[in-house]
Amino acid sequence: MRAASILRAAAVGAALLTVGLSGCFTERQNEGAKLYANHCASCHGDQGQGLERLIPGVAAADYVALHRAELPCLVRKGMKGPLVVNGIEYNQVMPGHEDLTDSQITNLLNFVQTTWGNHNQPYTIRETSELLGRCNGSDGQ
Amino acid sequence: MTTLFSNRFGHLLAATVTGLGLLLGGCSPSASDNAATQPDRLPVLGFKTAEPTSPADTLPDRIPAFRLTNQDNQVITNQTFAGKVYVTDFFFATCPSICPKMQSELLRVYKAFDQNPNVLFLSHTIDPAHDSIPVLRDYAERLGIQDAARWHFATAPHDTIFALARAYMTGAEVDRTVQGGFAHSGTFALVDSQRRVRGVYDGMVPAEVDRLIQDIPVLLKEEAAGRQTATR
Repeated sequence: MRAASILRAAAVGAALLTVGLSGCFTERQNEGAKLYANHCASCHGDQGQGLERLIPGVAAADYVALHRAELPCLVRKGMKGPLVVNGIEYNQVMPGHEDLTDSQITNLLNFVQTTWGNHNQPYTIRETSELLGRCNGSDGQ
Repeated sequence: MTTLFSNRFGHLLAATVTGLGLLLGGCSPSASDNAATQPDRLPVLGFKTAEPTSPADTLPDRIPAFRLTNQDNQVITNQTFAGKVYVTDFFFATCPSICPKMQSELLRVYKAFDQNPNVLFLSHTIDPAHDSIPVLRDYAERLGIQDAARWHFATAPHDTIFALARAYMTGAEVDRTVQGGFAHSGTFALVDSQRRVRGVYDGMVPAEVDRLIQDIPVLLKEEAAGRQTATR
């Protein structure tokens, strides 16, 4: 009984420690890749390959470089209507992501901008927030 | 105290494992099987809601008669699939969540059997209000499907589609709370020439889709044997 309560106390302590520490050392290593896997991969492919002529890929995509400044708002608000990626026209609906913070959008886009054949300039969180301001999409976080 | 806990936990665990086993068994007895233990014959799946016509009539109901329209504006019915096996799923063109992944997996199955005219594909839209014939045709062509006779993208009134979804052992319903407005599962059903479901697979899980690719030849073999018996 006593051993059990000590054990329980230890468990609670460990849990509190984890919560407390996560405030200092966030588990945000590779956050961009994780966010991509959770929010983007189902449509854009687990390797950024897209889906035939239905959904554009983000891997080695000229659009990602050419529209760099528009991407934060595109992720935040989604998009509708035709667009051309690597010379192919697509026309699908992309849902917006009001659930992501500015810093999450930053990490997500930095992952895309530097992965799978993309070698583009990453964003700072401040820059992302400024770019999101254009579509009233910044949550300041 | 601890023993009690572990005992209870043990029971719970056992119950869960049994429950899971039953659950999986309901879908497909070969869920954990691989190619090495490929069954000779696929099970007949489905629900028995119709009144038995005789004491021997215990098989699940057949897929009911249906009448749909495909991306070429052709009417398709059960007769369209006569003598064939087919794989079916439910989607909608603007679906932002599971459909692209699901359709890319079904495309993988299609490509594995694109030389075999005895294997057909049937995708039902669950958003007929938006997915008009031109929208379906555009979707099919963008996915790379030029031949509507091999992979039908079909529409029908909501009630028809939702009733068929139940028959194919998948879930589809209107749900305004989810992105896109419809809740549906990514289930693929494999149907034989007797209009019976012979396998259901989670279209979001590549390993399940691999199992479908392994099951289709098993069913084709049974169908070919059946034809031989019939013509003898």
